[in-house]
Amino acid sequence: MALFRRLILAAVAAGALAGTTVSAVQQVTTVPLILEAERYEGDGPATAGHAHGHSHSHDIAAGDAQTHGDAGTGDAHGHAIFADAERLGFTVLANLMVGVAYALLLGAAWLLTGAPMDARRGLLWGAGGFVAFTLAPAVGLPPELPGMAGGELAARQLWWMSAAVSAAAGLLALAFGRNRLVVAAGLAIAALPHLVGAPHADAFGGAPPPELAARFAALSIGVAALFWLVLGAASGAMLRRLLPAQS
Amino acid sequence: MNTAVRKGSVSTTETVLAALGAMLLGTFLLFGVGFAQPQVLHDAAHDGRHSFAFPCH
Repeated sequence: MALFRRLILAAVAAGALAGTTVSAVQQVTTVPLILEAERYEGDGPATAGHAHGHSHSHDIAAGDAQTHGDAGTGDAHGHAIFADAERLGFTVLANLMVGVAYALLLGAAWLLTGAPMDARRGLLWGAGGFVAFTLAPAVGLPPELPGMAGGELAARQLWWMSAAVSAAAGLLALAFGRNRLVVAAGLAIAALPHLVGAPHADAFGGAPPPELAARFAALSIGVAALFWLVLGAASGAMLRRLLPAQS
Repeated sequence: MNTAVRKGSVSTTETVLAALGAMLLGTFLLFGVGFAQPQVLHDAAHDGRHSFAFPCH
């Protein structure tokens, strides 16, 4: 399975680059807003954000590192168990994993299409990934800050996945469909989750101020766009180098 | 049709298997980072999940 190994290697390299890049950018864009939002979680004006019963782990955090200044609210966020350096480390690790995971999906989809590939074409694949895995889910479920009111978690996760997968299918059908029927079917599938509609909270009234939430939503979509362009271009370059016979 | 076969020496079967394997691995990773609910996974991936707009809570 030399091919499989090369595909993995390309994904690891591209994912690591995109994950590292986005980690640095997040620290000066989205993460400060997340920390800011957490200050409203415990003593915010509304409690709707906690109405859906997510259990935080601050109980086991007692006496552990607590450096975010939100201790004592009694409702600090789960990762309060982590000190700053740990929290940063885990976030970077998570970003690297997201990068490798998306790069694997991108590489696999590309391999199945048999389309040519290089860094420039990779940019287009990255743009497609952004539309499928960021824009399509975000249209129904805007990026959330901690403490925002939302529908039931499992339902939102399911809708998110449906929106992403169906948008990816629609884009691939649009780009590579051999006839109009395939294209039409792909577009119908992509539209389906949006026709059904995303699950939302019964009432408004999350803890973070709406201005903060709006800033976060816009910023995180922008950061995701950067992530996907880096991931796409890097994937294209790596796949071209490691799988020249296929590209 | 068989673009991979035409372009190189790799068989269609190997191409499809490699793609499916990568897709499976990618899905598994993505689920672990973005969706799995055990507290320790949630806590570790928390800021990343919010930043990537995965439903988190």
